[in-house]
Amino acid sequence: MTDLTQTNLTQKQVRERIAARLASRHRKEKIFRGFGIASIAFGVLAVLVLFTDIISKGSSAFVQSQIQLQVNYDPAELGIDKVDQESLAWANFDGVIRNALRERFPDVTGRSEKRELYSLVSSGAGFDLRERLQNNPELLGQSETVWVNADDDVDTYVKSLSKSKDGFLGRTSEQKAVWINALRDSGELKKRFNKTFFTNGDSREPEQAGIRAALVGSLFTLLVTLVLSFPIGVAAAIYLEEFAPKNRWTDLIEVNINNLAAVPSIVFGLLGLAIFINFFELPRSAPLVGGLVLTLMTLPTIIISSRASLKSVPPSIREAAMGMGASRMQVVLHHVLPLAMPGMLTGAIIGMAQALGETAPLLMIGMVAFIVDVPHGITDPSTVLPVQIFLWADSPERAFVERTSAAIMVLLAVLITMNTCAVWLRKKLERRW
Amino acid sequence: MQTPTLFALLLLLILVAYGTGFSRAIGAARSRGGIRSLASLPSYYGVHTALWCGLPALVILGVWLAFDDAIIRALVLGGVADRPETLSGQNLLYAQIQNLAAGSLVGESTPQLAAAAAHLNSLRQSGQWLQTALILILAVGLGAYALMRVTPELRAREKVEKVLRVILLMCACAAIFTTVGILMSVLFESLRFFQAVPVTEFLFGLHWSPQMAMRADQVGSSGAFGAVPLFTGTLMVSAIAMFVAVPVGLMSAIYLAEYASNRVRAFAKPLIEILAGVPTVVYGFFAALTVAPFIRDLAQSVGLEASSESALAAGLVMGVMIIPFISSLSDDVINAVPQSLRDGALGLGSTKSETVRKVVIPAALPGIVGGVLLAVSRAIGETMIVVMAAGLAANLTANPLESVTTVTVQIVTLLVGDQEFDSPKTLAAFALGLMLFISTLILNFIALHVVKKYREQYD
Repeated sequence: MTDLTQTNLTQKQVRERIAARLASRHRKEKIFRGFGIASIAFGVLAVLVLFTDIISKGSSAFVQSQIQLQVNYDPAELGIDKVDQESLAWANFDGVIRNALRERFPDVTGRSEKRELYSLVSSGAGFDLRERLQNNPELLGQSETVWVNADDDVDTYVKSLSKSKDGFLGRTSEQKAVWINALRDSGELKKRFNKTFFTNGDSREPEQAGIRAALVGSLFTLLVTLVLSFPIGVAAAIYLEEFAPKNRWTDLIEVNINNLAAVPSIVFGLLGLAIFINFFELPRSAPLVGGLVLTLMTLPTIIISSRASLKSVPPSIREAAMGMGASRMQVVLHHVLPLAMPGMLTGAIIGMAQALGETAPLLMIGMVAFIVDVPHGITDPSTVLPVQIFLWADSPERAFVERTSAAIMVLLAVLITMNTCAVWLRKKLERRW
Repeated sequence: MQTPTLFALLLLLILVAYGTGFSRAIGAARSRGGIRSLASLPSYYGVHTALWCGLPALVILGVWLAFDDAIIRALVLGGVADRPETLSGQNLLYAQIQNLAAGSLVGESTPQLAAAAAHLNSLRQSGQWLQTALILILAVGLGAYALMRVTPELRAREKVEKVLRVILLMCACAAIFTTVGILMSVLFESLRFFQAVPVTEFLFGLHWSPQMAMRADQVGSSGAFGAVPLFTGTLMVSAIAMFVAVPVGLMSAIYLAEYASNRVRAFAKPLIEILAGVPTVVYGFFAALTVAPFIRDLAQSVGLEASSESALAAGLVMGVMIIPFISSLSDDVINAVPQSLRDGALGLGSTKSETVRKVVIPAALPGIVGGVLLAVSRAIGETMIVVMAAGLAANLTANPLESVTTVTVQIVTLLVGDQEFDSPKTLAAFALGLMLFISTLILNFIALHVVKKYREQYD
């Protein structure tokens, strides 16, 4: 006000000036607010675009085109006379499928035409038939109607038909399209639930590729991580929060933990490669090494959240127990720790979710190998779900794009479930003091 | 005895030790008038005995498992008369011996190899025996010793608590071990790399093509290890990411903290935090298959040349990934600004945005800067998005529509696949890792320092 009085303005003039500036100030206020709303909208939009993109690309992978065939388990064609392990391994199931296809389209004669016809069906269909015969040996010499997976090119074409009228032919020839449409019209080619996707391991053929091996690998890796990181993390938190004297040593530990929480994950991969694999000679590509690396990576998260939940237990609990003559260790183990456990569990779940989504350090320790078999233990070579996604994303086949997206959907579903569990657990068990 | 069986047996012994310690304490107390006469509760005597029985044996078992392969290998190779000098040659020879010992050698074997394989088998056999005997004797002997010491005067609780405390301390030190492990693993390999390639060439060289030849006489056998294109690429992608993330993250934090109603906050905040929980490989897929083609088409439609793997796509998506990071960190510091500052500014007649811009933000600035620095260190270390969307060619360019490569991408491409550890090609990855570790360490250190200092002001 001193400025204004010095310039000898009347009160009226002052009011006019304020009113004149007020409009522009309010305009600025609105603009600022608009920026805020725009930022929120951008964030929300990013979430929506990301999810709709993934879901629209991936949802079609949960169905798979299958072709109905009338197959005859003819012993002569199979080249076997009894059903046992050894003869089944050599049996010619592809021939059986070819016969069935020729019977369905009797007017196909030329050599190349026939080859074209045979490629309607997935090259893995023979294995499905073998499994079927192994489980039902009485079928030998009889015929039955089965659904077999179509080839991935056929599948891509059939799925693209629902989007546009002509569909995406790609590598599919015109002749093949005619057969496909004939089968579709007669109801012998249908999109059915894609069981293979959940029961198979990786494959070079998209229609035979599944996420089972990767899921089991992820499970083993997470188990190792949980078994190691939770007890160590909780113990470290207890020491730092309840016992550590205030000295430089403790400060060093704390600085270290805070720093490790922000070290790039790929650096942990380098550590795993140099120390666990090269120095200790642990098996490459194994969930054991993956779990060890992820343990070191999630440890800071678990320690920090465990410390927070120890801090939230009020000192009066400790004082009351101490007053009853409990030792400090008894105070912590019998009273503080049980009360802090829900918060620790929540932190552990969030840490596990982080570990489940991690890819880069696992690439370093060789979990990118092409794994077909489902691993049976923590030292078997295996891959994990995020790495499987990375591998499929690199594959050129169009059918792998939808499988990648479907695998992402499975991964996100698991992650969202874990995080929801953590939130629910916190709400349910949290105590307000 | 196989190691898992031995382990199970050891666990059983520990349980037995606990039980006997417990009952012996009670037995000792009975003659003196109940457990009241004991120095500690009976269960502490049990734990005390179990610790004596199990802990040394477990530690020895762990050390044994960590080193027995290396020792057996050295013994077996030492017994072979004309063993190769090089490490890879020795590896090959040892693998042959191992296969022969397992009975699955393809190809012919010499008497020398057969002898070595027999040697290996006998060493393994006796190693197994020695291990079993050592562990069991240790467990039973020390367990029995502890059991003898169970008397009412023994202060079992103090002793057990002392051990527990040491175990807790060891767990807390895991963080230090990890840091030391990281430093050792990247430092040693980097030093080996810098013996082959001068530091100055690595830090200031403008040309990066690490294709070292397997043989010396191969064409193009000399690799080039000038890392400047990688550093500029990393900086460009990170700069684009920060350009997206800082304004959006900061403004949404401000809006959520200062303007939004409770309902909007309850809806928008978790939705934006979802972005933080999405795995990076998913962002990478999104960037490579959706954003990059979109940007390429957009650029072409306005007449610009764009590569299908562009720095812009990777940077944009990385920015989206970092938004929740910045917004939640800023949210914390904005909420920590005392309400009295806002009330004062509003009372003087400033509008809400003026209060935010001239009072709240300056007061929260150190915390925000700390958060942004942490976000930069994340952007630099982010791997999957750039591996999938930024490209592999080391271009020294300032055009965000071209493909660039980053430090992390090169670490991944150098180390995935062939794994011979004596070529500069793989060692270069560790030198890059060292650079990455040092730069993020410095950023984190400054950031944590700034944040900590700021927090002390208002608490």
